[in-house]
Amino acid sequence: MIVLLGVLVVILGFVTRRNPVLVVGVAGIVTGLLGKMNPLEILAAFGTSFADSRSVTVFAIVLPVIGLLERYGLREQARTLIGKLGKLSAGRFLTAYLLVRQVTAAFGLNNLGGPAQAVRPLVAPMAEAAAERKSGAVLPDKLREKVRSYSASADTVGVFFGEDCFIAIGSILLITGFVNSTYHEHLEPTQLALWAIPLAVCAFVIHGARLLLLDKQLEREMALAVAEHEIPLPKQSSGESGKSGKETAK
Amino acid sequence: MIKVEWLYWLIGLVFVVMAVQMAKDRTNPKRWTSAAFWGLLGLTFPYGTGVAGGSKALPAEPLGVAVLALIALAGFNFIGKGEPVTTTQEQREKSAARLGNKLFIPALTIPLVAIICASFLDESGLFETGQATLLGLGVGCLVALVVGMLVTGERKVSTPIHSGRSMLEAMGSALLLPQLLSVLGSIFAVAGVGTQVGKITDAVLPDNSKYLAVIAYCVGMFLFTVIMGNAFAAFPVMTAAIGWPVLIQQMGGNEAAVLAIGMLAGFSGTLVTPMAANFNIVPATLLELKDQYGPIKAQLPTGFALLGCNIVIMALFAF
Repeated sequence: MIVLLGVLVVILGFVTRRNPVLVVGVAGIVTGLLGKMNPLEILAAFGTSFADSRSVTVFAIVLPVIGLLERYGLREQARTLIGKLGKLSAGRFLTAYLLVRQVTAAFGLNNLGGPAQAVRPLVAPMAEAAAERKSGAVLPDKLREKVRSYSASADTVGVFFGEDCFIAIGSILLITGFVNSTYHEHLEPTQLALWAIPLAVCAFVIHGARLLLLDKQLEREMALAVAEHEIPLPKQSSGESGKSGKETAK
Repeated sequence: MIKVEWLYWLIGLVFVVMAVQMAKDRTNPKRWTSAAFWGLLGLTFPYGTGVAGGSKALPAEPLGVAVLALIALAGFNFIGKGEPVTTTQEQREKSAARLGNKLFIPALTIPLVAIICASFLDESGLFETGQATLLGLGVGCLVALVVGMLVTGERKVSTPIHSGRSMLEAMGSALLLPQLLSVLGSIFAVAGVGTQVGKITDAVLPDNSKYLAVIAYCVGMFLFTVIMGNAFAAFPVMTAAIGWPVLIQQMGGNEAAVLAIGMLAGFSGTLVTPMAANFNIVPATLLELKDQYGPIKAQLPTGFALLGCNIVIMALFAF
């Protein structure tokens, strides 16, 4: 029973926001000691399981290729590609982004998106621009926050439930590494990736539907804001594309 | 025959080369300790060959010491990063306009080659038995690198290494976390943590109730992930407790289905917890939201709905 204190160490460590690497290391040592292992056994356990789980870190071999392509404008080209979807409502645009994010992550390109690289500079401004184009007015702060939150959610849901269809992702390799070393089984990454597909579909249907509902919510709340005279001055609605969102999003 | 250990040696070599580059990089305020960290990590790969799979060719204890050293270097913030070696925004836009969608070809080569290797070359005797997927990834990367250099017209091999190193530095010690969590899982298993959680569940769970066991595993993964903020940390515990002994051994569930869906139940939990700061709180800060829980609120219903999907799909298709 006392070994469960090791789990408590992990929980406390993460709750108090300690460095995760340190938390994991300390929890390992504490659990080993509580499980009546001697220091040499603990060192051997660290060494053996670290060697057995090397496959988890194999994805680092992808970095030079992706790095090279980014240097030559991979992200910019992805932007151009997504930019062609720009003439949509906020909800439809975010649903399209969700799909693109899931599909590219399923092909191992999970670094193409992300809150820093894609959502802040690209997705959120484009979604806001789409919402404003639809209503012809500047979004009130509350709705702007909502659109941004949903932009972040489309990215996160997309990558979580897309990447597991790719065999070289950390979580898939963690499962095979853990099972193969702990239970001496032989599990192939491709089998696991296959089972991630039904849930990827569920995630797209559920979150996609909620993103589409966002349009209705925005419409309703905009109408409400107009009724309460809280709406800012109408925005000039010239024929600008998604790019204009960048200026308003500062 | 191509062995999977060769791939590990290649990765070790890449890390060591990058460590040498880091040691020379004067823009990195912590260049020596950074180089020590990545270099040491690189050396664990070939050394691991003598330790892995219970081969007693080399003692495991020195590797354990190295792992603790890595933990100390990363845990006490001795890893830094230099100025990224890359192009300017303007240059990238120009080159993107020039190369267009051709840029996606090398990126798509990686999964394509990996899948081809996994499906056709597993039985061919060319690859070590059962390692075709992993080796396919390695081969895919090498092919993609050649294709990438042809497409972009890049001549210097050092360029992709430099770019890769910049990405490595940006990820920092987070790159090591999955492997360390896997280590923690094994230690939990050796020390009997999973067995203990399993005993508690056994006492609560009625015998032979497949559906309740499925619910216990999925909800357990979900809750543990909410608490720890990371499905990787929850997975070994819940799998040792319920997933493996009850769902797979006792009830004969399909291994791949139970474990893959179990992990995704954990991912559903990641969507709803502020503990997963890098996914939920960081975007809120990046997007300058007043409500730092905004993204979580947007994800909450999806997270719970997906937990339901996990349970239903596992109960229906995994047995």
